[in-house]
Order: sequence, then structure tokens, then C-alpha cells
Amino acid sequence: MVLKVSEIPEEEMMLSGTRLCSGCGLQLAYRWALKALGPKTIVTNPASCSTVCGGVGGYTPLKVPVFYCCFETVAANAAGAAAALKAKGQDKDIVVLAWAGDGGTYDIGFQGLSGASERGDNFIFACVNNQAYMNTGIQRSGATPYGAKTTTTPILGKQQMNKNMLKIMEAHGLSYIAQTSTSHPRDIYEKFQKAREFNGKGVRYIEILGTCPPGWGFPTDKSIELARLAVQTGYWPLLERIEGKLVISSPSKRYMDKTKRKDIREFLKGQSRFRHLKEADFKIWEDYIDGMWEGIRLELEKQGDL
Amino acid sequence: MPERKVITGNHAAAYACKSAGVEVVAAYPITPQSPVVEKISEFVESGELPNTQFVCVESEQSAISAVIAASQMGCRVFTASSANGLAYMYELLCWAAGSRLPIVMCIATRALGAPWSVWTDHQDAFSVRDVGFMQQFVESNQETYDTVLMSYRVAEDPRVYLPAFVSYDGYILSHTTMSVQIEDDDKVREFLPPLKHHLNLTDFDNVHSVNPVTPPGLTIRPEGNTPGYYEFRYSMQKAHEYSIEIVEEVAKEFGEKFGRYYGNGIYKSYQADDAEVLIFAVASVASESRGVVDTLRNEGLKVGLISLKLYRPFPIEHLRKAFSKAKLVVVFDRDVGYGVEGILCAELKTALYAAENRPKIRGFVVGLGGRDITADQLIGGVKLAVQEQEIPEVEKNTHVEFIGVHLEELGFKKEEF
Repeated sequence: MVLKVSEIPEEEMMLSGTRLCSGCGLQLAYRWALKALGPKTIVTNPASCSTVCGGVGGYTPLKVPVFYCCFETVAANAAGAAAALKAKGQDKDIVVLAWAGDGGTYDIGFQGLSGASERGDNFIFACVNNQAYMNTGIQRSGATPYGAKTTTTPILGKQQMNKNMLKIMEAHGLSYIAQTSTSHPRDIYEKFQKAREFNGKGVRYIEILGTCPPGWGFPTDKSIELARLAVQTGYWPLLERIEGKLVISSPSKRYMDKTKRKDIREFLKGQSRFRHLKEADFKIWEDYIDGMWEGIRLELEKQGDL
Repeated sequence: MPERKVITGNHAAAYACKSAGVEVVAAYPITPQSPVVEKISEFVESGELPNTQFVCVESEQSAISAVIAASQMGCRVFTASSANGLAYMYELLCWAAGSRLPIVMCIATRALGAPWSVWTDHQDAFSVRDVGFMQQFVESNQETYDTVLMSYRVAEDPRVYLPAFVSYDGYILSHTTMSVQIEDDDKVREFLPPLKHHLNLTDFDNVHSVNPVTPPGLTIRPEGNTPGYYEFRYSMQKAHEYSIEIVEEVAKEFGEKFGRYYGNGIYKSYQADDAEVLIFAVASVASESRGVVDTLRNEGLKVGLISLKLYRPFPIEHLRKAFSKAKLVVVFDRDVGYGVEGILCAELKTALYAAENRPKIRGFVVGLGGRDITADQLIGGVKLAVQEQEIPEVEKNTHVEFIGVHLEELGFKKEEF
């Protein structure tokens, strides 16, 4: 079932010349997501870095229709677009993509997402999680992880854990949930393709770790390396939940074994937002990762997949 | 065949949606608007509206967002709300107008909290006067049905492309049954043909990016220049200005086709031709004023009424003509521009500032939060205004007068008011 590179279409839905920062993880994710979904995609996008990506004054690098919307409304917009497609009998050929940041998903946009998920509105919701309000200048969000310094947690770093969004979405009983990372473009591609195949099965939720050089504090050429470290340390497992069933994606399977995981310090020490962390903080991160994998192990065992 | 039904104002709005063949409806319940949502759901579930999608959203914010999106897909859409729900939509109302979407939306008017009230006044409708929607007030359930149809026609006119509110009083119309003629679908279709939208994102031959970040200045590019925010907003104001004559034109055509006229489509006048004193009001207050005019005429006072139908755009020219012979205008506002005076009163003063005939204008606030407005109160207001019209101190008065506030019963002494 491994996707051959030759099967990936050459056509890009995002052209060069975006306004994103160099080394931006989001840009890569956006490009691969659109490549997977193809030209018959309508995107709705709330206030976020992706709005900047779309260009200003009517000139855009995006080759698919995009309608920008208010910060909190992306899921409701997607729901309305999906209803319109159904009314017009075009819901089979055209896919609606709600493309939001973590603020527009975890925080201000959550009510709409929860409502649409419960109703089973027909669209893909993608959250590029760069772990803070990057577009407004790196303020903390519900997705910001423990310890991270942001402009609203400037001295101590964030004192709370991030929300467990995958669990929250799981509780909504979605047909398809996936987690992926900008270090694994093929994984992004496959997961968006699968989400497209689930057309007609309500909201499909995909979360992508979006590395952010200015927000996380690392040199622009380390973007992919850090995204990969997030996977290799076990912090960011690539996974799917298909009709409720948990599936660990192949790049992450080996990290079931704790000894295969790289030290989380490698991921944390490469970023200035974590520079102030102490041994006790690393322990909190380690416990977080161990706890997460223990949960995964128990669930796979229950499913009979171990 | 047209059908005569005895229905509430909310159901009249729902039947208008059915007649208009709306394609996507999204709404959230709030008293007193809820029966609109219920009735449309019934139409959809029973198969009476087979091509309509109803999105049963989790908030007003999502309701308006969903119809904004559906409109951008080229669909005819509808939503409705009241008071706090309408306020919760505020950001998106601006967005709908800025996107030039021909959305029609009903407001079953209700007082805004706090404190909680579910009863009517016009504060909610007037509070959204500057979002960029057109807005009409109505006085009967038939007028609600007809005005929704006319509003679609105007909103979808390529010379306009603006969203529109149709506001009817909570309870007084929303929950009161009246006889309403529901027109034949084919005849409605002749008057209101299928929407030809300026925007349809499902047209993949013409891919659009809608509402991107738009800088203060023009974007100058070899491929062609694009407007700045300022130009977009200028065109919105122009559309409002042009739409007045289209509202009038559409009302005339509607009258010719269906035999029902609402004044000139801009305002309805009652006993106004020879009137020296004119009452100026909207909706329920205007309705109540009709009997008041009769009573005062019997007493020998030459009183008339201008019931404003089109509130946004504000029909300044028409109002200058309507008040060109009056000596005194008495404005009854069921709303307050807090810190100023009744909103309708303040706006009429602005409109008549450059008029050749400038009547004296006396404003009163009445019936906030559903406080009953009696004919006697309105008569009292008119008589007081007539009595004091030559007193300069009264004209220069800067505090707002409320009719029907009961303070003495609460233990206050008159001189403390």
C-alpha cells in the first residue's frame, strides 16, 4: 500500500511566490494537501498565516477557489458550502476543505467545528498546528505545549498542557481522523487522499504539525529536521483513526518501542521557546510522551492489533 | 393557484422562503423568531421544499456563516434571528455586506439584554443599521411575505447585490395570525427568476479567491490593477444610493403583478396630504399611529402619518418631499441612540437639515422592551408637541423624553426624574 512517487501528480495547486516566511512548515503542508485533493477543491480559510499565504489584493498563488472567512467561522462556512453543493447536486465531485490554524481550531473556532462534527456536515477540516497564534505575533493558544515561551507567556513559559484535540475529535465519533507532520509529505498526501475518499461521511479531521521558525525559534533550514524529530522522539505520532479504529502509520510504528525513540531533549533544545526548560520540565515532557504511547498500546491491545 | 392562509408573521416569512425557492437555510432558534426555523424545517422534512438544504447550526454566528458560504456557491439563501442572536451575528453581517451577497434575512424584533427581555422593540434592528444591509420594516404578515419576495428581487439585482433585512415586530406580528395570500409558485418565479449571482465558487472555469487581505491602496500589477479596501467600500455606498430607485421600481412591479401596494415602496402615508402635523414611525408604532390619526382628525387636528418602510438606505429625497408641507413632525422611536436621542428622530433631523421646508421635529421614545404603547400615550405625545411647538426652550431641549415610564409608582418624586 506504499504510494509510489510516480503516482503523485506533478500539477501543483499552490504556485511559488507565497508570502509565508522561509522555512514555513505550513506552506509545505498546504501544497501537499491541495496536491492530494486536486483541482476540484473549494477551500475556506479563517484568519491565520494561511490567509497571508493566499496573497493580498487579489493576486494569489492558489489555483483552487478559496473564500476567506472570519476567525471563528471556518467550520460553519464549510458546512454552508457543503450544503450548497448538496443543493446543487455537486457534492460528489467537489470537496470542501476547511483549512485553519490551531487558534481557529482549538480555541475560537472550536464551537463551529464541534457543531459541524456532530451534524455530520460533509467536509475535510485540516488544522495546521504551529502551536500558538503565530500570525498575530506568537501568543499562546490552547494548542501551545507545556513550557513554551510565547509573547503572552514571556517569562515563565506556558504552565499548562495543550488540549488533547485528537481525543476531543474522537469523542465526536468522526469517520476519519489523522495526524501527520510536515516532515512526511507522502504521509500528508495519503491522508488527504483518504479523507477525500471518505466524502459523504461527515467531517474528516486532519491535524498537521506545522513548524514555525520565528514562533519556535530555530534557523529556517532546520524546519524539516525539527518536524521529523517530533516524530522520532515519539512526541508527534503519525496515526489515523478510521471509523473509530486506531491505526499507527508506518513511520511511527517503531516508536511503540520506547528504546527506539530519540531523546525529547533533541527536539526541545533546538528551539529557543524551550531554552529555559529544566530537568524537571523534561521529565514532564517524557511522562507526557510515555503516557500517550501507553494509551496507544492499551487501545491497540484492546483492538487485537498487538 | 394562490392560497389564502391565516398564519403568523413567522410563518409568513417561512412561506415567503418557500415561494422564493430558497436553496440553503441555516438558522438557530431564539424567541420570538424560532417558529420561522421550525416551519422551514417542516417544509424540508415533509418534502415540500425538496431542493432546499437546512443546516441546523449550533449558533447564530454559524447560521449567518453557513448562509454566507452557501451564497458564495451561487445559492439563494435565508436566515432569521432576533436581538441577542442578531448581535451575535454582527461581525458576519458586515462580512456578508462587504462580500456583496444577496442574502435575505428576517429580524423578529426584540429588546436587547440586559436585563433579559423577550418582548419587542426596535433596538436590535436599528443596532445593525451600519453593517451594510438594506433594511425594510413591515406592519402586517402579508407585508412580511411580500417584502421578503421584493427584498430578494432587489438584493439580487445586478445594480445592487446587497444583503437585506426584513424586520417585523416580535409577538405583535411574529406570533399574531392574520390572513395572508400565498402566491402561486409560477407567478412568483416570473417576478423573482432564479438567482444570477456575481459569485459562484463552484464554477471551476473561473476560479476566484474571495475576500483576501486587501490593502489600503490599489494593488498595481502588470496583469492589471485591483481595488483597495476603500474602493470596495465606496462601491457599497454607491450601491445603497442607487438601490432606492430600484426598491421603488420593484415595489411598483410587485403591485402591478400581485395587486398589493405598500405606499410607494419607500414609505406608506396615511392622511398625509393636507396634514400640518405628521407622525413619523416604523412597524408596530406606525400601525398604532393609524388609529391615533383618526382620533385626532375627529378632534379637528390635521394630523397624518408617514410610516417608513425602507430604513436602509435612508431615503432622504423621499423624506424631504414627504415632509415638504408639514409644520410639525412627531417622531415615535421604539429604540434609543443612547447618549443622543431616538435613532429615527436623529436621522430625520439629518435628512431634513438641507430641505427647503424644515418642520419642527419633536421626538419621543416609546414602548421599549415590549411596554405596551397605548393610543392615549401617542395622542398625548402629539398634543404636547402641538402645544409646545412655539416654545424655543422645548426645541432646544437636549434630553430625551420617554412616554409611559412609571417612576412615581417606584417611589421617585416627580422633580427627581
